[in-house]
Amino acid sequence: MSGALEFVDAGAAVSIQDLGRSGHRAIGVPLAGAADPMLLACANALLAQAPQLAALEVALLGPAVRAVAAPVRLALAGDFAPRLTREDGRVQALSSWRSLTLQPGEVLTPGPCRSGIGYLALAGGAEVPPVLGSRSTYARAGLGGIDGRAPRAGDRLPCAAGHGAQRQAQRAFVHAGGALRVLPGPQDGHFDEEAWALFVHSAWRVTREADRMGLRLEGPVLRHRQGCGADIVSEGVVPGAVQVPGAGQPIVLGVDAQTIGGYAKIATVITADLPRLAHARPGSVLRFRAVARDEALAARREQAAALRDWVRHIEPLRADGEADESALHAGNLISGMIDGARDNMPWD
Amino acid sequence: MSTPRFPRLLPLGDASWIVEYGSSIEEAVHERVMGLAQALAVGKARGQWPAIVEWVPAYASVTVHFAADEQGDAALDAATALLALARDTAPLSRPGRRWRLPVCFDAEFAPDLDELARARGLSPQQVVALMIGTAFRVYMLGFQPGFPYMGGLPAALELPRRSTPRTAVPERSLAVAGRMCAVYPWRSPGGWHLLGRVPLALFDATIADDPAWLLPGDEVRWCAVDRATFDEIELGVAAGTLRRRSWLDAAVEDA
Repeated sequence: MSGALEFVDAGAAVSIQDLGRSGHRAIGVPLAGAADPMLLACANALLAQAPQLAALEVALLGPAVRAVAAPVRLALAGDFAPRLTREDGRVQALSSWRSLTLQPGEVLTPGPCRSGIGYLALAGGAEVPPVLGSRSTYARAGLGGIDGRAPRAGDRLPCAAGHGAQRQAQRAFVHAGGALRVLPGPQDGHFDEEAWALFVHSAWRVTREADRMGLRLEGPVLRHRQGCGADIVSEGVVPGAVQVPGAGQPIVLGVDAQTIGGYAKIATVITADLPRLAHARPGSVLRFRAVARDEALAARREQAAALRDWVRHIEPLRADGEADESALHAGNLISGMIDGARDNMPWD
Repeated sequence: MSTPRFPRLLPLGDASWIVEYGSSIEEAVHERVMGLAQALAVGKARGQWPAIVEWVPAYASVTVHFAADEQGDAALDAATALLALARDTAPLSRPGRRWRLPVCFDAEFAPDLDELARARGLSPQQVVALMIGTAFRVYMLGFQPGFPYMGGLPAALELPRRSTPRTAVPERSLAVAGRMCAVYPWRSPGGWHLLGRVPLALFDATIADDPAWLLPGDEVRWCAVDRATFDEIELGVAAGTLRRRSWLDAAVEDA
């Protein structure tokens, strides 16, 4: 049975994302995809479903959504302050990091995501048509999402309908802090030791020019070596590459970054630390620390283990005063279903 | 004997290598780029390079992206073999497909034509004549999906980018800057000089196995069309009655 969510309010900086559109970078198609794939996996895990299913990414203000015609199961990963508005107008505050069933006519208002970025997952995933193998929204070229753009009030988003016992995480999924780890290069040779020392020892403030494409940073001026300069013959880039244009103020590329770039890149953030970039906001302070390749691999392993551990600690929603009628209706049927659905999950 | 400087591998994070063949924009270097891109495609088709996700040919380099999971350092494991392939692969000197594509140079589509002509001491007609008399080579796609960076712009038309970029370049604008020519598949900010408009969609995601019209290595010659022809082609494109292949340069293909 199919359900749908209707956007009562579009929120701000909201987009449908899965794991992105790899395989088309040679023809200039950016990856896009969840800026924090760990949190996307968390949101989907709360619904006991595959980590890559398309969900709503919320970088500022969550969208208010109403279930249309059939109940819809949702889950929130991120530091939201959700409210549920019943059909009779009663408003109930909910916790984040949990699943819920939205009955027809009920409206979920996740509120602002205070932890920088969060995800609202839908049972079965957001059913927009895949474009070039992905549902991720890349609005600059109208790819993915709802008609290639961010949701608007009045849009309807198809998804699966259904009930289920609600689940909650025992704790928030929080990334480790500290400096962002980088591998030097590919153009670290364009900078002398002084510029490198400034790069790894300075506090870099995120400017207002910060979005899914990249973060423009502010700090001491990184001078290029004489004879090297800021401009290179354009070549492939990746999210996490730290470009340094002529003015010496770095730009860290994000998941929507274009596929090639013409500025010298002093260093590149390791894969495991990319999700942390998604939480930076104008005014945030970033630091960088160079590591060796083996630490980059160890970090990937630790991150995957941390996600598995977090998922293992998902539990049935405690009866903490949040009356959940659907859970009461379906509770005696559900525990077996959930255990069944959890089999063969990629993190088990 | 000293080791040749190129090709060499540069690390781009923990899951990508840049195979660099040079540091300049020239056809001979790009032919090596295209050679490696083809060798990777052939290898992939044979089931080799399982950890390579994709690769991006550019002017003087191929960036090779690997899977980044917890299984291991796939990029590091493949580095030696990748460098050997880069050294041993012959240049691909034959260009890809040859296209003859329509462009309308009417004033409403060409806000910078007069200014560029003046700056270079030419008449607008001379600029158009140089544009349609040139065979452009597609070096790479980037900036936007399907955005072709085409080399070969005559030196007589060379002009740096506009000092203040436009906040909105109309989609399908034909543009030049430096020694490059391009078409913006989408409306976007841009600092290149706009000389005309193309009635074709250079990127179509609904053609799932071949969304980009032009590919690196292709050759493009422009032919000038008047406004009425431009409109007619645009209608044909919208109706789906015009196939891409009808714009292949038959004269050259048959030669």
